[in-house]
Amino acid sequence: MKEKDNNTAISSGKKERSGIKRRSFVQLLGGGIFIFFAPWKSLELLSAPAEQARSLPKDYNAFLHIAEDGTITCYTGKIEMGQGIITSLAQEMAEELNVPFEKVKMVMGDTDLCPYDQGTWGSMSTRSFGPRMRAAAAEARGVLVGMASAQLGVPASQLEVRDGILVDTKHPASKVTYGQLAKGKKIEKFLDDKPAPEDFSKFTYVGKSLKRSDAYLKVTGRAKYCGDMRLPGMVYARILRPPSHGAKLISADVSGAEKIAGVSIVRDGDFIAVISENHDKADEAIVKIKADYSFDEMKVSDKTLHDFMLKADTRVNVARTSGDLEAGRLLCDKVFESEYHDPYLAHASIEPHTALAYLDNGKMIVYAATQSPFGLQDGIVRELGFARENVRVITPFVGGGFGGKGAFQQGIEAARLAKLTGKPVMLAWTRDEEFFYDTFHPAGVVKINSGIDKSGKIQMWDYHVYFSGTRGSDTIYDVPNAKTTSYSEKDTSPVHPFGTGAWRAPNNNTNTFARESQIDIMASAAGIDPLEFRLTNLKDEKMIDCLKAVAEKFGYVAGKSPSGRGISVACGIDAGTWVAHMAEVQVDKATGKVRVLHIACAQDMGLCVNPEGALMQMEGCMTMGLGYTLTEEIHFEGGNILDRGFDSYDIPKFSWLPKLDCVILDRKDKAPQGGGEPAIIAIGAVVANAIYDATGARLYTMPFTPERVLEALKKV
Amino acid sequence: MEETIRFSLNGKKTELRIDPSQTLLWVLRNNLGMTGTKFGCGTGFCGACTVLVNNEPVRSCSMSVGDVAGKKIVTIEGLEKKGKLHPVQKAFIEHDALQCGYCTPGMIMTVTGLLIKNPSPTRQEIIDGLENSYCRCAAHVRIIEAVQTAAKEMKGGK
Repeated sequence: MKEKDNNTAISSGKKERSGIKRRSFVQLLGGGIFIFFAPWKSLELLSAPAEQARSLPKDYNAFLHIAEDGTITCYTGKIEMGQGIITSLAQEMAEELNVPFEKVKMVMGDTDLCPYDQGTWGSMSTRSFGPRMRAAAAEARGVLVGMASAQLGVPASQLEVRDGILVDTKHPASKVTYGQLAKGKKIEKFLDDKPAPEDFSKFTYVGKSLKRSDAYLKVTGRAKYCGDMRLPGMVYARILRPPSHGAKLISADVSGAEKIAGVSIVRDGDFIAVISENHDKADEAIVKIKADYSFDEMKVSDKTLHDFMLKADTRVNVARTSGDLEAGRLLCDKVFESEYHDPYLAHASIEPHTALAYLDNGKMIVYAATQSPFGLQDGIVRELGFARENVRVITPFVGGGFGGKGAFQQGIEAARLAKLTGKPVMLAWTRDEEFFYDTFHPAGVVKINSGIDKSGKIQMWDYHVYFSGTRGSDTIYDVPNAKTTSYSEKDTSPVHPFGTGAWRAPNNNTNTFARESQIDIMASAAGIDPLEFRLTNLKDEKMIDCLKAVAEKFGYVAGKSPSGRGISVACGIDAGTWVAHMAEVQVDKATGKVRVLHIACAQDMGLCVNPEGALMQMEGCMTMGLGYTLTEEIHFEGGNILDRGFDSYDIPKFSWLPKLDCVILDRKDKAPQGGGEPAIIAIGAVVANAIYDATGARLYTMPFTPERVLEALKKV
Repeated sequence: MEETIRFSLNGKKTELRIDPSQTLLWVLRNNLGMTGTKFGCGTGFCGACTVLVNNEPVRSCSMSVGDVAGKKIVTIEGLEKKGKLHPVQKAFIEHDALQCGYCTPGMIMTVTGLLIKNPSPTRQEIIDGLENSYCRCAAHVRIIEAVQTAAKEMKGGK
């Protein structure tokens, strides 16, 4: 593979890492929202090609509105689910228009009011939407300066914008405000030559740490989430669900449910629901329905999955290749062959998938906890036969998404019930439904065959990723002979037994775990300190800088692994951002229990809009990452999801918390990159490598449960 | 079936004519308009529905309204007094100790209950007290700091 492909920043206008030129990619998907991970093809409810023609509007008025009192309303199809863009996008808008931050109001995720957006995922808000929004604001500012110039009778060059007021620099008493110019109306003037967004050296708000602007609402209980909406005559719904994936309804006896006062049955073919104004009554009624199913039991279980995957009939795609693997193999002194496994993971947001739908004069209005309001709008158009202009999706605060709310089945279900009953219908999935219908992080297998020469230089890298996609599968090291092959599902022979989708840094967690474990295996075999091994095999300056920064922060002392100390290193690239981690762990050899004591991370994310916000995301990534690393795994058998609640699906808790150290490299002259996902990608790898350093036991399957650690210890 | 249930809600005398077996969480959210208290798992695991009953943090999804007859309930809406935020709320803002905010009301009620019982908790006592309150966004490190700040302020800055 070519090194320059790795170094290509998204903003450079050069080739994307996928090899598709940016322009053609934009045309393909419409509107510059591009996805690096496999779109959720196994989810039939997601977007069809015809809908991809929608794109971000060119008219800057779609992004902002200036009221007479000078309040700026910023419109974005993105949603706020904790990642903090309600603050950072407002910062960028305030910056570009040169208005006080407090003057910017955010309207997010409303399909009637906001510019089209494919979805809030892939760490795209800051790196993709942000520059578009800033360009729109820059044009608006240019137009307003022109209008002020005409009104005040002075050349535009003589005007300066100070806090939303255009001032004649020669006669400061002569001035006009944005509000007076725009008068609360749509601005009808446009610029042929679009002005460049403001230079970073002039930033007032961007690059400054601002507290979350939604914190007051959230600490007082005033913040409205979808489930908090109330409408007159609103009913709660529960839907009859099959006991397992693949089960088909034969018959249902609803008489028991019907007897409960205040409960009605809604039936449309196999779709059966109960509704009641009383939440508890709906819960009570649904379990009274007696249903018979036929079962087409799936043979595959979590125990047989990885073998099943390796034997499956697949599409084969060579993602990257360089040099000659056979020639490389001849140069190797040592060759290593490994197989890494990763299970299905649940998103487990604390807010379940929720939607409230009602008909208003023939228009379907849906409040939804979703990462894709426009996707849900299209879904309702497709599934329920409404015209697009007759569907409005409104997204209140979303209580966590992590990719899981890119799927919006609950929104379509609520709309269907509203259409069938004519009532406002609130549907909040139970925790059980949440686990059953989750679009899981896809399980996968990675096989690597790699080799080093006598000096410890990697000469050969043959990488095969099965069903985990290519995001994060870059070799990243300077290897002359390398090949990356990806195996994915054929439409004719599905492999994943349930819906899968994006899970915070989709697939990169799997690929980085495999790559960085393999690098560690080679460093250890070469008898070279794992940091030094990486530095000597890297040409990527950004990664070298990140590794040096994290080593300094961590206080790294070099040593060959396994040193018995339980310390380690791992690194990777995600969403245009480079990350390097170091960790220290303690392994209880008697019980197999791993305790992570310390994790440090250095991150190059280009321009950082809100450093405190970025730190929160890094800490969140590093803590959440401990879940997929140590405990999280969906068990299943015969189409049945065996983990249906927090009793068996264990997510990170307070007692797990290691010491966290974060460094954000100062790169404010570079384009901003992703922040919500990158710092999670190497947690599995850095912990695996630290377990090895502590004990000499190598873990090839995530999560590293006590049983797996004990098993690995036996092989030492 | 229906009975008259009386309790104090956020300092106000409250009387409901209701089936006492109804779940406290949904009575708060639907009959009494207190939507700050969230539904997370419905099985008492996550803590998003935590309210104080007689100063004790309880999971309102696993309690019936009949159980709180004659008792004193405080929800997230009851912490702010005359426009002044409770020190725990202030500390959560100061430390950015939240992201999506969905677990935040339950978390704040759990912390408030913890500080009533133990006004000067050690770091380990904070961790133990919050262990069964889930935050999927993983703001744990900041929540612990916020609790330490709130505890200091409530003791008058000692």
